[in-house]
Amino acid sequence: MIQMVAAGLSCLGFIAVSAMFLIWLERKVSAWIQNRLGPMRTGFQGALQPVADTVKLLLKEDIAPQGIDTLSWWLAPFFVTVPSVMAFVTIPFSSRWIPRDLNVGLLYICSITSVCVLGIFMAGWGSNNKYSLLGGMRSAAQIISYEVPLLLSVLIVVMETGTLSMQGIVQAQHGLWFIAKPHLALAFLIYLISATAEVNRVPFDIPEAESELVAGYHTEYSGMKFAMFFVAEYTNVFIVSAVATTLFLGGWQGPFLPGVVWFLLKTYGVISFLMWMRWTLPRLRMDQMMSFAWKVLTTLALVNLLVSGWMMVR
Amino acid sequence: MNQEELIINMGPQHPSTHGVLYLELKLNGEIVLDCKPHLGYLHRSIEKIAENRTYTQFIPFTDRLDYLASMNNNLGYCLAVEKLLNVEVSPRAQYIRVITAELNRVASHLVAIGTFAQDLGAYATPLFYAFRDREKIVEIFDEICGSRLTYNYMRIGGLSGDMTAGMDKSIKDFIAYERKMLVEYNELLTYNAIFLARSKNIGILPKELALNYSVTGPNLRASGVKWDLRKDEPYLLYDKFNFEVPTGIVGDAWDRFKVRLEEIAQSLRIIEQALGALPEGNPISKVNRVFRGTGESYMRTENPRGELGFYIVAEGGFNPYRCKIRSPSFSNLAVLPELIKGLNVSDTVCVLGSLDIVMGEIDR
Repeated sequence: MIQMVAAGLSCLGFIAVSAMFLIWLERKVSAWIQNRLGPMRTGFQGALQPVADTVKLLLKEDIAPQGIDTLSWWLAPFFVTVPSVMAFVTIPFSSRWIPRDLNVGLLYICSITSVCVLGIFMAGWGSNNKYSLLGGMRSAAQIISYEVPLLLSVLIVVMETGTLSMQGIVQAQHGLWFIAKPHLALAFLIYLISATAEVNRVPFDIPEAESELVAGYHTEYSGMKFAMFFVAEYTNVFIVSAVATTLFLGGWQGPFLPGVVWFLLKTYGVISFLMWMRWTLPRLRMDQMMSFAWKVLTTLALVNLLVSGWMMVR
Repeated sequence: MNQEELIINMGPQHPSTHGVLYLELKLNGEIVLDCKPHLGYLHRSIEKIAENRTYTQFIPFTDRLDYLASMNNNLGYCLAVEKLLNVEVSPRAQYIRVITAELNRVASHLVAIGTFAQDLGAYATPLFYAFRDREKIVEIFDEICGSRLTYNYMRIGGLSGDMTAGMDKSIKDFIAYERKMLVEYNELLTYNAIFLARSKNIGILPKELALNYSVTGPNLRASGVKWDLRKDEPYLLYDKFNFEVPTGIVGDAWDRFKVRLEEIAQSLRIIEQALGALPEGNPISKVNRVFRGTGESYMRTENPRGELGFYIVAEGGFNPYRCKIRSPSFSNLAVLPELIKGLNVSDTVCVLGSLDIVMGEIDR
């Protein structure tokens, strides 16, 4: 019991710190890419900037526009944040550090993170704002479409290992990371692309496309409710990168350093790659993105699944 | 199911309407059925102000028309008044006018390129790159005339002051630097797969439509019409310089972007030649600050956004009797509803960005 509470509390603490660190990192990375300095005034290299941001958001007035759908407006931030926190249950930080190694761990993560779309759609619907509505609709379409190639690529890992347990998957990669095998490397690529779309980042940041929809589904949110969307976004980025690390990059395994260091190194490596993409590429259009998901990615993932299945049976 | 059209008010407060433009979009899902631009949010009655100011006093107001190309506006107005008065301008002043106008064209096109990439969702990075380069031009202008945005540099019959010593070196440095950067823009944007997918064959502006709507500038040239006042109706010293007029083929958003990039290279060529031939002399205007004028004159010049025309009617007073301004962005915006019908909201932003309008000269 005490162990569970401790695990839960340390997870929550980690999420908060990690989200803050990622916000700072993103601001710095974007600044370096853009020939700027980024935040410099708050602490060393602006390290306290997220703290200042948090304080500001906490103190801000919580504005609710007229004509909102009260229930969905209020619940939406929770529907976005809570699943992303819950997903931490089965993320293996090291051989021992995992809140709970469920035997359906992978299935659990995949299902719990897709609840987010409900929250996003509720936010879009409840805000009584046309931009938010368009953003919510786009997001629902996008996340549901990219779920298909994402799950198909994850399925190959399950076929390879024969287990849904996250620790089992990591242990199966002892000696050789899955990314070294060609069919799993392709699956990794498909996973990474779909995951970028899942967490609404460039080039798939269509739901919140700033230049088109102002801020998409969270246009009307301010103060702490906005902060919850913000934290959820960065937590989701962490989760998809952590899952990518676990499934394809050997998880916490690595020489010399302790497992948790390897895990975090790999995860932040994936995150940095996502950031690099975000600050370099333009955005795809909605229909281009959908046809890419269904015509290219899903087909590719299906063929990959078939071929690797055939190889295993043979 | 009950189907209704969705009316979205895009602007006047919107991240990508390039100022206070208000577009009334009628949507079916995300497909634009109809678009109505509403103007007037930046109206300062500049044309009326012209009637209450002396000729010289009006120059700072022209800065505020197309605020990204103040030098070119100054130039157009001064040329119009000089035509009215038949004033001779010293050769050095003419050369410096060409240099500053072309530098300003580069700065303006850089902003156009950066904001267009921003409209396509390339989060701020190309915009910052463009502004980094523009900053160098702005610093040169700061050195020459003391301002960074509204220059108020040209005077009727000359300039307000000479170019500072050593300026030609920093301009030459900038030319060398910018030539390197143009390659970088091509790598980052022009041939990027997503960029191409977003802007190729989007918002095609056919030749005839462009001419019917009197679209001018890079937008017209992107549609394949080789029309540049600097070549076809040379003013100042433009017939002395060696440069090409880049044109597009299809007339889509990508062509408009590409034409602007190529025009930057051509402008750099002009500046280089003008710097090489810069004569000695006194460029400061010798015309009285207050004078009377009679008659009328129309002068059109090639601004970064198209043809800027000043029509001045003088009836003997200290002030112009009437000053009509023909602004390129106004006509360029007028063609927008034709271009975006049937496209979706994302493409609306893309097409609007590629037309590169400035609200300051649309509303005046």
